Amino acid sequence: MPLSPFAGGGRMNGRRNFLRNTLAFLVSGTAIGGGILKLFPSSALAKEAPRKGKWYGFGVSVDKCIGCGRCMEACKVENDVPREPFFFRTWVERYIIRKDGEAVVKAINPNAEPMAADTSGDRSILRSFFVPKLCNQCADPPCAQVCPVGATFQTADGVVLVNEKTCVGCRYCIQACPYGARYLHPVTRTADKCTFCYHRISQDLLPACVEVCPTQARIFGDLNSSASPLSRFRRMNKIHVLKPALNTEPKAYYAGLDGEVR
Amino acid sequence: MNQELLHTLKEIMPQITGYIYPNEIEVHWGLLIVVYPYITGIVAGAFILASLVKVFNVKEVQPLYRLSLLTALSYLLVAPLPLLSHLGHPERCFEMFLTPQPSSAMAMFGFVYAWYLMAVLLIEIWFVYRVDMIVWAEGGSGPMKWIHKVLSLFSRDRSESAVTFDHKALKTITIIGIPSAFLLHGYVGFIFGSVKANPWWSSVLMPIAFLFSAIVSGVALVILLYMVITPLTGGKINMKCVDKAVDFLFYAVIVDFTLEFVDFIHRIYQSEEEIKILSEMVMSKLFMSLVIIQVLLGMILPLGIIGATKIFKRRFTLNEDLRKMLYFISVLLIQFGIFTMRWNVVIGGQMFSKSFRGLTTYKMEVTGIEGLLYTLVLLCLPLVILTVLMKILPPWKEMREEDKSLEGGTPGSLPAPGA
Ligand code: SF4
Ligand code: SF4
Repeated sequence: MPLSPFAGGGRMNGRRNFLRNTLAFLVSGTAIGGGILKLFPSSALAKEAPRKGKWYGFGVSVDKCIGCGRCMEACKVENDVPREPFFFRTWVERYIIRKDGEAVVKAINPNAEPMAADTSGDRSILRSFFVPKLCNQCADPPCAQVCPVGATFQTADGVVLVNEKTCVGCRYCIQACPYGARYLHPVTRTADKCTFCYHRISQDLLPACVEVCPTQARIFGDLNSSASPLSRFRRMNKIHVLKPALNTEPKAYYAGLDGEVR
Repeated sequence: MNQELLHTLKEIMPQITGYIYPNEIEVHWGLLIVVYPYITGIVAGAFILASLVKVFNVKEVQPLYRLSLLTALSYLLVAPLPLLSHLGHPERCFEMFLTPQPSSAMAMFGFVYAWYLMAVLLIEIWFVYRVDMIVWAEGGSGPMKWIHKVLSLFSRDRSESAVTFDHKALKTITIIGIPSAFLLHGYVGFIFGSVKANPWWSSVLMPIAFLFSAIVSGVALVILLYMVITPLTGGKINMKCVDKAVDFLFYAVIVDFTLEFVDFIHRIYQSEEEIKILSEMVMSKLFMSLVIIQVLLGMILPLGIIGATKIFKRRFTLNEDLRKMLYFISVLLIQFGIFTMRWNVVIGGQMFSKSFRGLTTYKMEVTGIEGLLYTLVLLCLPLVILTVLMKILPPWKEMREEDKSLEGGTPGSLPAPGA
C-alpha cells in the first residue's frame, strides 16, 4: 500500500513496531537510548495519521489544470511571498512531450503572456499538460528531520511548518527537500514554504490557491474524513505521488500524472 | 529586499540549461560552506599526523609533532566562523546548543566541535607543553612570563613522576583523540552524505572519502608549513622527516584516490535515474574543477611526482634540493586538489536540479559575507593564529634540537617531546 495516507501503510507499521520494540528493548536503560531511537524514522518523525482529528492532504488533478497561474498569484498575495520570480510556495510546470520522446519542461510565468500559445498545429507534439507543484507536506518529512533547531516541525494535523522565530537560516532543510519546495525568504532570512495556508484552514477556509482555481484542479481536505473532497478525489482516481522511492510519504496526491513528471 | 541577491539571480537566469525547479536558482551553500569542510579536514589530518608520532612511535616525523598540534588548534579555532557567517540568523546559533533536534545531523556540530576542542586538542597541547611552560615562566620576564604562568595553570611540578604522568596522559588522550579526529571529519562527511534528496552527496562513502581527504590535506599542509617555517626561523629542513611524512602522504592520497574512484565507478555502473544529469554536469560545469584540477593536477600529478622521487631516490641519487622542490610542488598541488574537491562536492551538489532536468550556475561574489575576499580572510586567519601560537608556545626550538639528534644519534636518544 505505498499510497496509503498513513505513513508506511499497514504492513510496514507492523514491521516498524517490531523494530522499534526490539530496539527499545536493546537500548532501554541507557542514557543515549532516546537519542538513538530518534535516529530511526519510526519514532523520530513518521507521524502516522491519528485515528481521531484531522490529517490534511492535497489533491491535484493534472488534466484539469489549464496553466492560468492564478494559484501562484493568489499564493504570493496571501502569504507575502516575494514578487520576484525566484521564490515560490507553489508553481505550475508545463510539459511538452514530443513524439521522439523528448520532454520540454518550463515553469510558467504568470506575469508573461499566457502559456497557451497555439501549439495545436505542431505535429511533433505527442501531448502537453500542466502540473501544479507545492510542498508535498510529507508524512515523513526529511526537511524536519534535518533541521538542527527544530524550527521546521510537523503539526498534529500533518502540516509541516517553519517557525520564523527560531529558524537560524542554515538552509539544511532546503537541501533536504527533494521537491525544491523551499526557499530562503530574502527579507526574514529564514526558510519558507507552503503552509497549506495554515492561517486559513484553521478557520475552516480553503487554501488560497484552491479557492481561486477556476477548474478545481486543486483539491484540499482531511484524509481522515471519508466525506471530504480529498477522500472522494482519492477514491475516484488513480493516484500517484512524486518521488515515492524516497520514502517521504508525500501527501500531495496527483491524478493523471505522467511518468515524465519528477 | 536584498537587491544584490536579486541582481545575482537575474544574472544567473540566462545561464540555466534545461529545467530546474524555480526555487533552485539560488545556490544556497556557497563558498563559506566550501571552506568549512576544508578547514575541519586540515584539523583532523594534522591531528592524525601528530598521533603517528605519539601512538605509533614514528620517530622520523617527531619534528612535526608540535607543529601539527598547533596547526590543528589554529584551524579548529577558525572552523565555526564560516558556518556562523553563513547563517541567516547567526545571533540565534546558540539555539543549536539549547534546543538541538536529536534527529538532525547538523545539530551535533557544536557538541562534536566542543568535544574535540576541549576534551582532546587543548588537553593534549597542555600536557605536551606543561613542563616547558613552567620552565619558560621561571626563566621569562614581562607579560610572557605571566602568560606562561597562567597557561600552565600555575602548576610547578617538574618532578620525574609528574613528567611520567604527563606521558601517560598524552598517550591516553591521543588514543581518544584519533577516533575523535575521525569523528570530527567523518561527521562533516555525514552531513552531506545523509541528504537523500541529493544523489551527488548521498553516498555511504562520503564520510570515509572526507576522512581520507582530510588526512591528505592535513598532512600536506603540515609538511608545507614545516618546509616554509623552518628556513624562515633559521633552521635546516630535516629531510628524513620530510621523506617519511611524504611517504604517509603518498599512501593517504592513494587510498583517497581509490575511494573516490570506487564511488565514481559505482555510480556509473549503477546508472540510476540521475546519472544523465550528473554526467552532463561533470562534463560541462565541473570539467575544469573536477577532472582537471582535482583529479589530474591535485591527485595524479603529485602522485606521479612523489612516486618518481621514490624511484629515483632508491635507484639513483636524487639531489636533496631537487627533492625538496618536488615535494614542495606536490604538497601545494595536493592542497589545491583537496580544496577543489570540497568545492566540487558542495557547489557541484547544488548545480543540478533535483528534477534531474537541468543545471544552474554558481556565481561567486567578490565582496560581501559570502564573497571571495572574506573567504580569503578566513583562509589566512588560521595562519595568523598559528603565528601567535608559535610565539607563545614555540615548537621550532624543539624541532631543531630534534633535528640534530636525529641526524647524529640513534632514535633512542631522542628527547621526548615535552621533556
Ligand atoms: S515537500 Fe519538501 S518541504 Fe514539503 S514536507 Fe516534504 S521535504 Fe518538507
Ligand atoms: S533553515 Fe531554518 S528551518 Fe531550515 S533547517 Fe535551518 S534552522 Fe531549520
